[in-house]
Amino acid sequence: MFEYEFMREAFIASTFIAITAGLVGVFVVSRNMSFLSHTLSEIGFAGASFGILIGISPLAGMILFTLVSSIAVGSLSSESSRREASISAISSLFIGLGILFLSLSSESSSYATNILFGSIVGISSKEVQQLMILALFVIFVFIIFYKPLAFDSFDHIGARAAGLKTRLLSIAFLVTLALSVSIGAQIVGSLLVFVLLTLPGATAKYVVRTVPKLIMVSVGLSLVGVWLGLYLAFITNWPVTFFISGFEVIAYFLGLSYKNWKLNH
Amino acid sequence: MDEWQSFSNRKDSEEITVIEAKNLTKRFGKQLVFKDVNFKINDGDFISLIGPNGSGKTTLVRIMMGLEKKTSGELKINHKHIGYVPQFRNIDLDYPLNIEQFVRLNLKFTLSPKQRKADNESIKTILTKTKLTRLKNRPLGLASGGEKQKAYLAQALLNDPKILILDESTASLDVEVKMQLMDLVAELNKKYNLTVIFITHDYELTKKYTTRALFFENKTLKEVKVSDVSEDMFEMES
Ligand SMILES: Nc1ncnc2c1ncn2[C@@H]1O[C@H](COP(=O)(O)OP(=O)(O)O)[C@@H](O)[C@H]1O
Ligand SMILES: [Mg+2]
Repeated sequence: MFEYEFMREAFIASTFIAITAGLVGVFVVSRNMSFLSHTLSEIGFAGASFGILIGISPLAGMILFTLVSSIAVGSLSSESSRREASISAISSLFIGLGILFLSLSSESSSYATNILFGSIVGISSKEVQQLMILALFVIFVFIIFYKPLAFDSFDHIGARAAGLKTRLLSIAFLVTLALSVSIGAQIVGSLLVFVLLTLPGATAKYVVRTVPKLIMVSVGLSLVGVWLGLYLAFITNWPVTFFISGFEVIAYFLGLSYKNWKLNH
Repeated sequence: MDEWQSFSNRKDSEEITVIEAKNLTKRFGKQLVFKDVNFKINDGDFISLIGPNGSGKTTLVRIMMGLEKKTSGELKINHKHIGYVPQFRNIDLDYPLNIEQFVRLNLKFTLSPKQRKADNESIKTILTKTKLTRLKNRPLGLASGGEKQKAYLAQALLNDPKILILDESTASLDVEVKMQLMDLVAELNKKYNLTVIFITHDYELTKKYTTRALFFENKTLKEVKVSDVSEDMFEMES
């Protein structure tokens, strides 16, 4: 399949996407932000359609929308239940806006399908480069903040008690989350990018017990998922997203069964 | 800095004061929590902080830790580094890390192999001191209440603080487990001269283990003799 240029590009792009999503996903899960990452995908969809409407790239539109909204969330009050309700209200608004922007723009509807459901053919080599730069930036931020971010994510109360600046960490994390949603959506589609951002991290939690191992398992599952998805999509012509989410869901339930089995042995 | 120095080098008494409050007052909006609180805590004290629910114990230690602002008054703390075990923690059954990894969270980032070695040593030491070595691979989510408290303690003590603050760490533990934990803290207090501030609702533990007691009453804090501490000092003010 690598004799095709578009497959090579898709392969490189998804490799970077999988690494960032798997890495960020460990922290999404430990910070209990699965719900927020879901909403950010929907906001990303509106951003992409907005980008198309005003003639900037869908990726730029997504980054704009997800960054602004994740920082807005970060500065909201810390009452988590109120947070969820207001977030879901906001997300409905953004889905509506996304549909509106798309219908106002003159682009064909296949464009919309790509944004929502992902595609392995839509990506140009320039976009691959952009994705790589963004992915490397996310990885870089994680290396810089690794220790304090791990402390805050796996023991928020302890991190506060030890005097960490958890507010700053939270904003840094939300920025990387917004970027990961935007880059992940390029292959997986905004409708299902949260799959890559939550399931591998959640599965890892059932099988290993240290932060570095959680990251390795999560990145591994995410990589295998996108590679397998690309390959199967290539030979069957079925949507790549179907295979990716199928694989991650199966892995998740296997992980869950493993955990339960271990509890009883 | 100068004031700090003179404060810590004071030679006029034998005791070295590590925390001193003068007319410390705290309000949340209009609600007065406490006013004109005065006390000194000396190096090596094993001191209990007692009073009914809502009397301001947690708020006072949060002010000491810089997590909450005082409204007025003065507070001097000698050692920058205090180990603090907060009252509530949210560790559920699914919590992924094991006890050793949980304690390790409090290490600083390093790339130097030398520092890494030193870090591994201090983890080993603290697990030994807190008698967790045998349990270090147990998932924290599945650990018992007493084991969890020991893990919190180990994490808080990792960077060798001179003062330890325990906020109701023995609440919700069985009597025997309470005693074990307190024996351990008492040992650290004696062996390493660790200053301990112990917030509690348990007058028996206060009497058995602590050498001084600070008691919240009528919106202020006063020192009482440990031998005079009685059960009704923990009941709600009417
Ligand atoms: N962040 C806060 N905002 C407003 N009121 C608070 C806050 N924290 C504590 N209080 C109030 O301050 C009082 C003292 O609380 P606290 O220090 O937790 O008591 P204790 O630890 O002795 O049970 C209580 O009336 C409590 O409701
Ligand atoms: Mg309290």
